[in-house]
Amino acid sequence: MTHPDSAARDTAAADGQTEQRSRSRESRPANGEVQPAVDHGASEPQSAGGRPERQGQSGGKPVSFNNEVDHERLSMTVTDLDLWYGDYQALKSLDIEIYSNTVTALIGPSGCGKSTFLRCLNRMNDLIPSARIEGRIEMDGRNVNAREMDVVALRRRVGMVFQNPNPFPKTIFENVAYAPRMHDIVSSRRDQEELVEQALRDAGLWDEVKDKLDQPGTSLSGGQQQRLCIARAIALRPDVILMDEPTSALDPISTAIIEDLMVRLRKDFTIVVVTHNMQQAARVADYTAFFHLGEIIEYNDTATLFETPATTKAEDYITGRYG
Amino acid sequence: MADSFDEITKQLRKRHGKTRRLKLISMSALILSGLFLAVFLGDMVQRGWSAFLQGQIQLEVTYTEETRTMPLNAIDEDYRQLVTQGFFWSFPGKFEQDPELTGTVRDEWVPASSDVDQYLKGRGRLSSQEQQVVDRLVEQGQAELRFNKTFFTGGGSRSPAMAGIGAAALGTLLTIAVTMAISLPIGVMTAIYLEEFAPDNRFTRMIEVNINNLAAVPSILFGLLGLAIFIGFFGVPRSSPLVGGLTIALMTLPLIIISTRASLRSVPDGIRHAAFGVGCTRWQVVSDHVLPVSLPGILTGSIIGMAQAIGETAPLILVGMIAFIPNADFSLLNSATVLPAQIYTWASLPDQAFQEKTAGGILVLLTILILLNAIAVLMRNRFERRW
Repeated sequence: MTHPDSAARDTAAADGQTEQRSRSRESRPANGEVQPAVDHGASEPQSAGGRPERQGQSGGKPVSFNNEVDHERLSMTVTDLDLWYGDYQALKSLDIEIYSNTVTALIGPSGCGKSTFLRCLNRMNDLIPSARIEGRIEMDGRNVNAREMDVVALRRRVGMVFQNPNPFPKTIFENVAYAPRMHDIVSSRRDQEELVEQALRDAGLWDEVKDKLDQPGTSLSGGQQQRLCIARAIALRPDVILMDEPTSALDPISTAIIEDLMVRLRKDFTIVVVTHNMQQAARVADYTAFFHLGEIIEYNDTATLFETPATTKAEDYITGRYG
Repeated sequence: MADSFDEITKQLRKRHGKTRRLKLISMSALILSGLFLAVFLGDMVQRGWSAFLQGQIQLEVTYTEETRTMPLNAIDEDYRQLVTQGFFWSFPGKFEQDPELTGTVRDEWVPASSDVDQYLKGRGRLSSQEQQVVDRLVEQGQAELRFNKTFFTGGGSRSPAMAGIGAAALGTLLTIAVTMAISLPIGVMTAIYLEEFAPDNRFTRMIEVNINNLAAVPSILFGLLGLAIFIGFFGVPRSSPLVGGLTIALMTLPLIIISTRASLRSVPDGIRHAAFGVGCTRWQVVSDHVLPVSLPGILTGSIIGMAQAIGETAPLILVGMIAFIPNADFSLLNSATVLPAQIYTWASLPDQAFQEKTAGGILVLLTILILLNAIAVLMRNRFERRW
């Protein structure tokens, strides 16, 4: 596979956006096969300083790229991933690389397969009997999509936050402490308390719930519940956190809090977020992948994708012509 | 130009009228069923309340070596006819229980014969001579209706005054214990397997359909099955609580499976996803998250299944649990009878006093069943939707 525009992003600042855009267009193969617009091969030395600064973006506060981001480090590498629900092919030969300590947003119209793809990353699709998945998802040198991969071990390292807040019907404390205790990360009550406090602090929920840890998690408001779910996920200290439209059921204020949280959590975790809200993607994501009908049409750093989309489909979607 | 309000109202009158009519019909249906229930309960209470009372007479009872073998002589000849036969039958036993009785004369409240008992309850007639004696005793305060302890402790007896539901209640208890010990774990585990583990294919769907069909099979068929398999093939003792419990367990099993599955299915998938998402194994998802939430539903279903098992008669009669049991035996292998079978036995006896006991037994059974159902409803309300 060739990646003619592999250096496009790094040179974008110098080249100017129009040129990058035209180059990207040219790079699209005529047969419509999916091509990741960005590829950082491990062999290609990249300088962290070559990142474009995103400033003054419309629709969101500027999120400057974190200079600590190590572009050499790939968190997950997906190659040639196909997924069928029965006879229907929902994902078509996806290739995408997810970088450590970044927020990667998956956008696209309804039914384009972005949530389905997200669930491939921690094998939640295993729960759907009719789903058949082929392809390679590499993480830490292992193909996590392989049959012999233990999904429990995978989910220990790839956490998930769901569309609707779904705290366990247990106390706030138990919601956070349950999984680490189950995985034998902590056992003594003291360690549990410490871990719960840390996780709740990281999720920005501690001050609101520290006096009512023994109350049911379901007694919290929707936004608090979702942050509790995030605390539950980060309590396991996973490498990757998958978020499936985490704010679609929440009010704007809760949404803003969770968006801030995503940006902050990037320091410790790799976050992949599915969102319907393009402003949200623009606000929080370092990279954005545009899905359409089960294919990744375009994948680039967020600024480039939003300002100078390489494909007409992405442009039409971003400018609101459909979706 | 739209229709005026008047025109619309004219057309609406018909529709509103239909609502009113249907409301009236459904209300009268409710009232009718309430009326049926009230009449049934009222009739039972009216006939059965007196079973909890027993006409008794205060008499001098002589306990000697002579009366031990000839109990009739223990009571003055004038009153002998007024006392129930059962009292004399129980005489030898009394001596065995309390050896110090020998050689004493005691003033005791003795159960009256069923004729006197019925007379004291305002039913039936006595010969004029007996009536005189009884009336005199009543005036002197030596004959009255007292709480009938024997009704709750006694077993089968040909003498109504000695008959009670005690033995049958113990039989029911043992039978239900066997039933629940078998059907609860098997039923719950089956439901968990079908709901949480089994793949959705033609085979499991067939099993599902068959379980639902089993729940609708007439109970007497389960009795035949119990007779053929448990007694005929495995040689479990006839009439025993063990065979009764096994038979009823077959009947309760589909009910428990169905209610457990319904209760498991009502657990939101979000909880399962959350649990899988943090890396639970399938069993951890079930035991740590799904079961705690669905437990009230499972218990409710089990209690209702148990209530049905307690009221079951036909299959138990088939496996012989209608035995005549004067003294209850705390054993799973000895013959026993159950409450509904005891009621059935009494219902077929012509004596007025036994008819009264039939109604009394039904009242006790109904009370137990209503209590069990009330517990089930309470649990459902108490624990429902805590997530």
